[in-house]
Amino acid sequence: MPAKALDARALAALAANPGCRRRAILDGAGVDKASLASALGSPSVFGQSQFALTRGNAFEARVKADGGAELLRLVHERLDRGAEPPAAGAHVPDLSATGPEGRAARTALALREATTGSAGTPGGPGAWTLLDHPMLALDVAGSPAFLEPDAVVVHPDGSWTVVEIKSFPMLDGSADPAKVGAAARQAAVYVLALERVAARLDPAPRVRDRVLLVCPKDFSNLPTASAVDVRRQRAVTGRQLARLTRIEDIADALPDGVCFSPELPAEELTAAVEAVPATYAPECLSACELAFHCRARSREAGAVTALGRPVRAELGGMSTVEEVLAAARGEAGDPDDPAVAALRRAARLRAEALAAAGAGTREAAVCP
Amino acid sequence: MTAETTAAPAAPVLDPGAEAARATAAILHDTLHGAERGVVVDSPPGAGKSTLVVRAALELAEAGRPLMVVAQTNAQVDDLVLRLAEKNPDLPVGRLHSSDADPYDKALDGLENVRTSAKAADLAGQAVVLSTAAKWAHVKVDEPWRHAIVDEAYQMRSDSLLAVAGLFERALFVGDPGQLDPFATVGSEQWAGLSHDPSASAVTTLLAHNPTLPQHRLPVSWRLPASAAPLVSDAFYPYTPFRSGTGHGDRRLAFSVASDGSGPDQVIDEAARSGWGLLELPPRHTPRTDPEAVRAVASVVRRLLDRRGAATSERAPEPVLLTADRVAVGTAHRDQAAAIRAALADVGVTEVTVDTANRLQGREYDVTVVLHPLSGRPDATAFHLETGRLCVLASRHRHACVVVCRAGVDELLDDYPSTEPVQLGTPVKFPDGWEANHAVLAHLAEHRVPWRP
Amino acid sequence: MSLITTLARLEAVRTGRAQPAATVRHRHLSDRPLVFVPLITAGEAGAPLGALVGTDRDAPRLLVVPQPRDRDLRFAFLAELAGVVLPHIEAYADSVEPAERTETDPETGKRVKVEVDLCADAAQLIVPSRAGVDFVRLLGRSMRFRRTTEQDPETPHPAPPRVPLLGRWLTHYGERARVPGSSLLLAMTDLLGRHWATGQSTLEDQHLGALLAWIAPGDEGPTGAEAARRAELARDADGQLLCPPAGPATDPAFDNKLLAPAIERYDRARTALAAAEDGVEADDRLGAVTAAEREVRALVESRTRPTWDAVWRGLDLLRELPAGAHVEDRWTRDRWSFTSHRDRVLAGEPPQPRRDDAVTAANKLATREREQARLEAQEALDDPLVMAGRRLAGEAFAGEVIDVVMAYSESKRPSPRPLVTVRTDDRPHLGERVKVHRSLGGRPQAAEFVAQEDEGVLVLRIVDRMGRGKEPEAGSVPEKGDRVCFTLFEHEQRGGAKLPDPEGTPWTHGGPPGETAAVPEAADAQTEEDVL
Repeated sequence: MPAKALDARALAALAANPGCRRRAILDGAGVDKASLASALGSPSVFGQSQFALTRGNAFEARVKADGGAELLRLVHERLDRGAEPPAAGAHVPDLSATGPEGRAARTALALREATTGSAGTPGGPGAWTLLDHPMLALDVAGSPAFLEPDAVVVHPDGSWTVVEIKSFPMLDGSADPAKVGAAARQAAVYVLALERVAARLDPAPRVRDRVLLVCPKDFSNLPTASAVDVRRQRAVTGRQLARLTRIEDIADALPDGVCFSPELPAEELTAAVEAVPATYAPECLSACELAFHCRARSREAGAVTALGRPVRAELGGMSTVEEVLAAARGEAGDPDDPAVAALRRAARLRAEALAAAGAGTREAAVCP
Repeated sequence: MTAETTAAPAAPVLDPGAEAARATAAILHDTLHGAERGVVVDSPPGAGKSTLVVRAALELAEAGRPLMVVAQTNAQVDDLVLRLAEKNPDLPVGRLHSSDADPYDKALDGLENVRTSAKAADLAGQAVVLSTAAKWAHVKVDEPWRHAIVDEAYQMRSDSLLAVAGLFERALFVGDPGQLDPFATVGSEQWAGLSHDPSASAVTTLLAHNPTLPQHRLPVSWRLPASAAPLVSDAFYPYTPFRSGTGHGDRRLAFSVASDGSGPDQVIDEAARSGWGLLELPPRHTPRTDPEAVRAVASVVRRLLDRRGAATSERAPEPVLLTADRVAVGTAHRDQAAAIRAALADVGVTEVTVDTANRLQGREYDVTVVLHPLSGRPDATAFHLETGRLCVLASRHRHACVVVCRAGVDELLDDYPSTEPVQLGTPVKFPDGWEANHAVLAHLAEHRVPWRP
Repeated sequence: MSLITTLARLEAVRTGRAQPAATVRHRHLSDRPLVFVPLITAGEAGAPLGALVGTDRDAPRLLVVPQPRDRDLRFAFLAELAGVVLPHIEAYADSVEPAERTETDPETGKRVKVEVDLCADAAQLIVPSRAGVDFVRLLGRSMRFRRTTEQDPETPHPAPPRVPLLGRWLTHYGERARVPGSSLLLAMTDLLGRHWATGQSTLEDQHLGALLAWIAPGDEGPTGAEAARRAELARDADGQLLCPPAGPATDPAFDNKLLAPAIERYDRARTALAAAEDGVEADDRLGAVTAAEREVRALVESRTRPTWDAVWRGLDLLRELPAGAHVEDRWTRDRWSFTSHRDRVLAGEPPQPRRDDAVTAANKLATREREQARLEAQEALDDPLVMAGRRLAGEAFAGEVIDVVMAYSESKRPSPRPLVTVRTDDRPHLGERVKVHRSLGGRPQAAEFVAQEDEGVLVLRIVDRMGRGKEPEAGSVPEKGDRVCFTLFEHEQRGGAKLPDPEGTPWTHGGPPGETAAVPEAADAQTEEDVL
């Protein structure tokens, strides 16, 4: 089965559950988790409405119309007011090439020309350059991932800015924080990848750690933008990527011949997937294609974390539903363990309260 | 502290005393003679904030400017009153208090020139009037005070400043940006990004509306030893560094009873030698009041006292015996503090302060023993990763800090899902708790002693 | 999450049914709630697709926008919505009773009582989920700055007459929903989640169908877990969810497979109608448009009706619980809120601004924090199960009085200060002279902690509510053998400090708003393709 290339969304999603080894190894190995999930009988529920898709594409086209004049105006206004305002008809180099490698090479070349080429030429230093859908390569766990930001802008001072165009609105200057967070994590991956490109130039240009998020303004389809500081997301993603290289260590621990091909019979496939431990939590449902499979396994195993990560906080070493309930009933557990003692007190208080209320409700039922 | 803050240009290396004096002189000059209505002073742990507040109060009073002082808690107000009276017993001071029972420290009743009242009108004419922000909010005046000092301004909420700012014309705002932020008990997301977000810190709002106000910082920590200042500065104050007022040889901790080779004794010796010690228990998920960790903390404290420690410092020519009142235990949660108090009582220790980070803010000890906020936890939470909490716990000591922790916290941090929402227009808070925690752990790892009873 | 709730959830896992998380109902339920089940177009948060709305569970009003991108159709939808919602609200606004309110006299600055009207009841709005509450807020924001021809004859795309007013009311409801314990606008998932603990996470509880499946899976049907899974994931042969999401977002499979083709057919029919060359052709083509519209309407109804029924089923379940004792008190606060908005509208005040000024924001935050504390205290006093959680957390204790010793204060006129010894199995976080409170005939009585005599034996000194005499009034002091429950938290909330008026905003917060604030806010800019 051909490996599925990692995209920025997948890389950014690493931050959602970095403790999950199953996700790390499947992603690292380029397994298509959506097909895997279907083959396991728990298809993923991620889909995109064509309305959203149409709207997103139309908005992006609008933002980039006229050689990106509006886009560059926003970059100038929100990030670099000190620079010369972009003149009409900024340089937009042609980035087309064959295959992702070719496009990545073409992008790197365009970036270099815009930054360090001879001054005064269009697209050379001292001018604004817009790279529309550039291609960036980032080494992830030993193999290249190809990433395609919406745009990268080269400022007259030679610094680079990542631009993310999203179709959720900015209403009175604020936007859905969860969506902005996701956009920031995605942009942070691009910043990391751009930094790798920059590092190969001498002198290395500055990759700005504030990205430009462009969204529709209020209820219109006019673009507006906000600078988003992605230093935190960059630091976290950088660290998680560095950890990903340890996938080989995880793979070494797997039994030989483990294969995740969706062609395999469901039973064999399940066994293969089970060979890599998962760390399921309900948050996975909105971030990982395999979540429903993992949830079912987690519930079967009676894991308390299937009810949410915070549930474990007060349970100490206990991790299964039966274990906790048995401890609460006084059938198991060391009474000197503060977690067990607290559980028993909680169980006693709860029973007492329900009994008191039960008496009350019956009365209420008799004379409503 | 926000990402907008940048480091001051490199100054010629002065001795710490001179550097601190220069900063203080500049602050007092701006306060007394500056044109702006406000002056902001960032004070890292133990940098002499209270000394500055007292000094500024005395100079303003001397200049004949009626002064009100706003602090956040009654204990802070009483402490400032006592300090003022100690420095200048003749100064007429007013202590405005609430009408609750026991509203202020009884020690104030013994001070001749301190007048106390629940009514601001009774205190008119006093050179300095001090109270909490909560009490000041109920005061109405026709004529505002010429000057105010707002203490712990980073722990004060913006709405609380809004309630009192009409009482004064100009103000000196002093506080520690690295300690715990103020919080709201209900959601306040709808105002995120507004310059006057009522749940932000008073300083954030003040500076958003008055970006040109002079901002100073006290550059020297007199509390933290040379072994601690760089770590605390790097991890918690990356854009406003400070240094220790003492050198590596200036503070020494020695014990007259030799080590018995146990984990607690080894970690005590490591901390005495290097300023830091990590007593590491085997990895395990535990409830918050992890009995083994609680007992380990208690044994460390017990041994600290039993081994008759002597602290040598610039404060006294002779070594000073490390007594129970010079030792504190810090925790993240109240039930942990309660469990440790009980465990200490079991081993006959009752005089040692055991408290949560919130309550240890502003306090100072020779040696602290800290139960790491993430020890034994099955997962990290935003509460446990809050930088202020760790910063407070790691910056209360003059000589040494011993951290007791289960192994495995670094993996816990790595596995922490970082999917925080982002509010447009709010400056990113630095440092990030996750990174600060990693930095502190990496440093502690060099001073690790495995637990052995 | 408290351990008591955790245990309830684990019990739910074990038994396959949700467990009680409350023993009384903690929110007010109107006799005639207005239920609103909206749907939006994916990718355009502001573009409504349709809604079911009404007070009669058997006869909801179906409103549909057959082409969500068409401004006129959207305005027609909003006008129709205003035609349902505003008469409902106005019926409540018109019925008042006299009440007293304390106000500051502008002349003397004194607090005086004034006689005012208070609406005898308020309109309650119920939506399926939290996203529905957000959508109400968004609708309010999108409509309140719209201009009608009457307001501005020059306005390019005038809104139907009552639409801006609906925007103001929905904004008020959306804002009030942020006040803890308020019940003007409620999400059914929040209501059910407050009263039952399911065997799934709170995240999964946001799915109304799954949540209901745990609470009422049917008598001999599958377990809650299986029923919930079915509600979340089961699809028909056509790939459509059997239990459509409670909205306002729709399932992408529905959009792509059913809705998009239907809307396209509607568009084609309309284009054809526009191109009609004579009356006969137009009549024919109008028929095609009507048919295409009917098809979209049927689709919207098919996705909203299950949710509509689910909301009413949820209401049935909640009505089985008796109301908590303080619920009425909080509803009265909602009525005040409703009345004050009515008065602002009547007084011709402009719509709520886009952003709160410093003083308004601070006042709102203070109110919400006070209401949060009030809600927590009242829920505990009303519900032994909530109190159990507070006891477990060390914030309250219950026990038996084992001794009462009369004592008096040391003053010129000694007042009774009896010492009460209580035996308890709870472990309250008591420190020296910590104040504790109990409810005495619905009013709080305070005591202070004196000493712990033994493990679980606490001595308290009662300090108030014993009358003015030397001897305490009958029944005001607990007696030996009484069961008592004291809390460390206060039962009633004090009002906060008065903030300056917005015109008195201090320099630290940007100073007085000045002239700019006096200008009413402009309408939103409009473009050819905008939404709402």
